[in-house]
Amino acid sequence: MKAVKIRRIVVTAVVVLLAYLLQCTVFPALEIAGIKPNLMLIVTASFGFMRGPREGMFVGFASGLLIDIQYGDMIGFYALIYLIAGYINGLFEQIYFDEDIKLPLFLIAGSDFVYGIAVYFLTFLLRSDFNFLHYLNRIIVPEAIYTIAVTLVVYPLLLLINHKLEAEEKRSASKFV
Amino acid sequence: MKKKNQTSHINRYILIGLSVFCALMMVLSSFSDKAAGPFKVLANITVIPLQQGINHVGGWLGDMKDNFSTMQQLRNENEDLQAQIDALTTENNYLQEERYEYERLQELYQLDQNYAEYEKTAAHVIGKDAGNWFNTFTIDKGSKDGIEVDMNVLAGSGLVGIITEVGPTWAKVRSIIDDANNVSGMVLSTSDTCIVSGDLSLMSSGQIAFDQMENNDNVVAVGDQIVTSYISDKYLQGILIGSISEINVDSNNLTRSGYIIPAVDFKNIQEVLVITTTKAELTGENVTGE
Repeated sequence: MKAVKIRRIVVTAVVVLLAYLLQCTVFPALEIAGIKPNLMLIVTASFGFMRGPREGMFVGFASGLLIDIQYGDMIGFYALIYLIAGYINGLFEQIYFDEDIKLPLFLIAGSDFVYGIAVYFLTFLLRSDFNFLHYLNRIIVPEAIYTIAVTLVVYPLLLLINHKLEAEEKRSASKFV
Repeated sequence: MKKKNQTSHINRYILIGLSVFCALMMVLSSFSDKAAGPFKVLANITVIPLQQGINHVGGWLGDMKDNFSTMQQLRNENEDLQAQIDALTTENNYLQEERYEYERLQELYQLDQNYAEYEKTAAHVIGKDAGNWFNTFTIDKGSKDGIEVDMNVLAGSGLVGIITEVGPTWAKVRSIIDDANNVSGMVLSTSDTCIVSGDLSLMSSGQIAFDQMENNDNVVAVGDQIVTSYISDKYLQGILIGSISEINVDSNNLTRSGYIIPAVDFKNIQEVLVITTTKAELTGENVTGE
């Protein structure tokens, strides 16, 4: 039982780390009109609604912290945003089904949209930059749309990983019972 | 039912706990840089080596792609470059002439500082900001290589940004087109100073804004070069920022403002040069006479 649990933790950590590395090194090359998709949020939200609030929180916290360490002005800012994103997505676990792709797309789009607005309010508005509509048109909405497009590719992969892990867990559980 | 309630309670406690931790870290790190220390070391052993690895692979692939560019292209490029060499040779002769005159005048005025010769060290860009809101990146050299906060970063001949954070083997650079960045600049020909500030809304058009330039009799035209000024306490003097693409007199008739096209192509920066002298060191030495 324990080995399976450790395996899940390790796999999750690798996924988060991989997402972060891709986000910082490869994704800048995929920029369209200066906008890159938000892979970290896809991973956070997916783990949230696939696995529930707790894992969503931990994944979100870890990814946010990684961003904070290298690119944030202060530790904890992005960690908090991603933490809350993971938790809220986790609350949707109860109405989530594997076969349904509409809910994940909707949730990830919503998360990215709210994330954009949160970043605008907490950084730009506090510097008295009131040009909200411009940022909405130039950054928040394009980022959400691009993120959805990437979700269509990334989400099935995350789903596959989760399926494999869950199958493993079930097998070992039945073995011990 | 009861069990379910219990787990959701635990979840809530975890949420509150981690949120409080985040808030605490935010407060701590806004007061002192030391709070981020342990995390930096963590990043240093986990993420940075991997980023460097990916970067190597990317560079290798880029080289491979370049190798396949056709002969014809290379020939055309060669011709163009040859023409450029001819033009530059002529220009160089002219400049040499000017240099001798300059040296002579410099001797006359006993000017001993030559701003053009800062010591530099090269570094690779290994990662870019994860979001779309800011424009910062990390380079693969850090405090072990003698990099310090506030050192100026160049690419080619133009100013890229300034180092804002340093880890053992990496450093964070905030570029001059970042929304949170301001540089004191001056027009090379007239020495009028201005404030050059990055702007997220201009980033996509590849421009940065400048303002607060005195509206005097000096003619400043489109195409004039803007360099870092002597006023700034962080940026060394005389580094090229870019050339003016638009200039207008403000409605108050006292100042001028406009836009600059940066000398550096911020879309694809791969290698940068870090000037290993900070302005503080330079001016500090001058003051104390060490």
